[in-house]
Amino acid sequence: MIRWGRFTTFLIIVVIVFAVTISAAPRLFSKIPLGLDLQGGIDVLYQIGDNGQTITASDVTATVAALENRINKLGVSEPDIEVVGANRVRVELAGKFNQAQAMQLLTEEANLQFRAPNGQVLATGQDIEPNAAYEADPQLGSPDVSITFKNPALFQQITTTYLNKVITTWLNGKEINAATVNSVISGGNAVITGMPSIAAAEQLAKLLNAGALPEPLHTLSSTTVGPTLGQAALQETMFAGAVAIGLIFIFMILMYRLPGVVAIVSLVAYSMVLDAVFAGFPVTLTLTGMAALVLGIGMAVDANIITYERVKDELRNGKSVQSAVIAGQRKALRTILDSNVTTFIAGLVMYAYGSGDVRGFAVALLSSIVVSLLTAVLLSRSMLLLLTKSNVFRNPWLYGAKRKAVTS
Amino acid sequence: MALWGEAKGGDVVIRFAIIQRRKWFFLLSGSITLAGLIVVLLFGLNLGTDFKHGARVQIELNQPFQAQQVRQVFQSVDLPVGPSGITAGGKNNELAIVMLGETLSSHQQDVLQAAIKVAFPHSQGAEVESVSPVIAQEQSQSAIWAVILASLGIMAYVAVRFEFRFAVAGIVALLHDAFIVISVFALLRIEVDLPFIAAVLTIVGYSINDTIVIFDRIRENLKGAKLSSLADLEHLVDHSLWQTMARSINTVMTVLFAALTLYFFGGDPIHNFCFALLVGLISGAYSSIFIASPIWVAWRARSIGKVKPARPDPSVV
Repeated sequence: MIRWGRFTTFLIIVVIVFAVTISAAPRLFSKIPLGLDLQGGIDVLYQIGDNGQTITASDVTATVAALENRINKLGVSEPDIEVVGANRVRVELAGKFNQAQAMQLLTEEANLQFRAPNGQVLATGQDIEPNAAYEADPQLGSPDVSITFKNPALFQQITTTYLNKVITTWLNGKEINAATVNSVISGGNAVITGMPSIAAAEQLAKLLNAGALPEPLHTLSSTTVGPTLGQAALQETMFAGAVAIGLIFIFMILMYRLPGVVAIVSLVAYSMVLDAVFAGFPVTLTLTGMAALVLGIGMAVDANIITYERVKDELRNGKSVQSAVIAGQRKALRTILDSNVTTFIAGLVMYAYGSGDVRGFAVALLSSIVVSLLTAVLLSRSMLLLLTKSNVFRNPWLYGAKRKAVTS
Repeated sequence: MALWGEAKGGDVVIRFAIIQRRKWFFLLSGSITLAGLIVVLLFGLNLGTDFKHGARVQIELNQPFQAQQVRQVFQSVDLPVGPSGITAGGKNNELAIVMLGETLSSHQQDVLQAAIKVAFPHSQGAEVESVSPVIAQEQSQSAIWAVILASLGIMAYVAVRFEFRFAVAGIVALLHDAFIVISVFALLRIEVDLPFIAAVLTIVGYSINDTIVIFDRIRENLKGAKLSSLADLEHLVDHSLWQTMARSINTVMTVLFAALTLYFFGGDPIHNFCFALLVGLISGAYSSIFIASPIWVAWRARSIGKVKPARPDPSVV
């Protein structure tokens, strides 16, 4: 007897899976944050302070604040600043911007000092307002940087003490200017002269305004990816993924016929749910992460293959289609769980001990295993059972049995 | 002949006795492993900057090039490149990978990028990685730890769910696969970077995953089986291998489809990663059938006669 109710339920599930996927998947996909390797950007790991220097938690906080301040000057959307361990900070900037300028602005120090003739430091960059600007020297036309002291009294005191003496200006440990104090200055306005070029004066003004770094930063590692390179990689990997999925679909239908169709519907659902998981959390998608997802599809297919091979076994043993499907699914489940758990353990270890790319890969692998258990096992099983119990298709050949082997 | 209680899983024909020929497979894998060991010891691995101090500049030139042209560009900005510092990669060898012994400052990168753009107008810009020695050492150590811990975790799980002998046989097979990939990379002088570690770990996961399905069938067939001789044991395992053969082949086929298309169409940055996957997947499928199961048989054979009954499986009624 044909049970049309079950068959209708089966068809409704198929329609829902495809409708939701077609309508929501592209929108969800656009919400998934892309890693540097897919949209370009820079990734820099800094050590705060010199080797052997003790770094306190407040030093770290101050450094992060200073870096944030500098990044804001760049106008990069969603910068990612992460403190790593006790004295390291990782900065990730994705998207399109002037990478060389960004790297320079982040790493470069503007350690400005005014020194007395005996070398004593009189004032530093922290004593000035963040309104430094380039200006052309009124007499010589050479590039200068105008600055304003936060506390005009300090500058007045300096110019009083060192009237008619030479005050030197130092930038990052290099003397850039030596000038004789001609008069006492009370308003707090001063000019740094002796800049080699207009660009250098503008850069110094920017750095002074961005605020000094509380501790020197040393670059431990850096990666830069050009934006066009990243986009090309994304498009190529997407195309490869589509080809791979297409090949797997054809293979599954040729090998397993009707259950193969069920497997395809469950794989579409798998891609859709995974899409939602990545967009929802959100999980940043990297190139190796994408590779892990395509591999994850392979594993989701494996769950179906194990089941269908078991069903074939049972059909060969002479069971009816319905009991073969039930028995095959039951026997396959334990195998699938054991094999998925072992891979999951490998993924967990990768997540715990990996960094960067390895970690992105692990997250993608772990999510894909969980989602594949939901879709390639749970959904796929229920759909195949519905289809079998509906009795619409009763020919064992449709379930993978050899035509001659079965006498029904 | 009701060798194992009732005939489970249909009447699969053993087309080729695998277990009896195990010595040949051990010999084959043993010699590949030994050759790999010699290559790794003699030449070492071609470590990328993820594991070595220095800078790595990867430039998509989008045109064929001579190493000399690239070397000149680097020399023009005062960056001397060693004799073997430039390799061509990617699908059409239009990707230049330049290894430098020193890390690059942001200013140097800036000047370099500009010089490349002038010399190679079609280039898509460079990917520059700079790593200092501290980080390089930390990353290589954490990668090695990840492999060791992953193996231990997997071993513990298999020992609990199956038995210790299965766990050891499975681990030997997965280490075999990981080692073959490492040897192939050492032999072909392909760069080893962080994604390579991700690939090796995937292979570790796949290999054990593939092996478990076969072990699961052996365990199932062992139930109620009377093993009075080595031949019985060999026959039982051969039977299990052939029962799962269609699955073993079909699964590796689908994963290979995925790895192959990624290899051919997936973009230059993951080219090496996919190559590692390809080698590892083939080795993983091979070792599950021809290494893991035969090792288990060789070990299990010692306790024939003083057989304890195979462990009952609580989850199957």
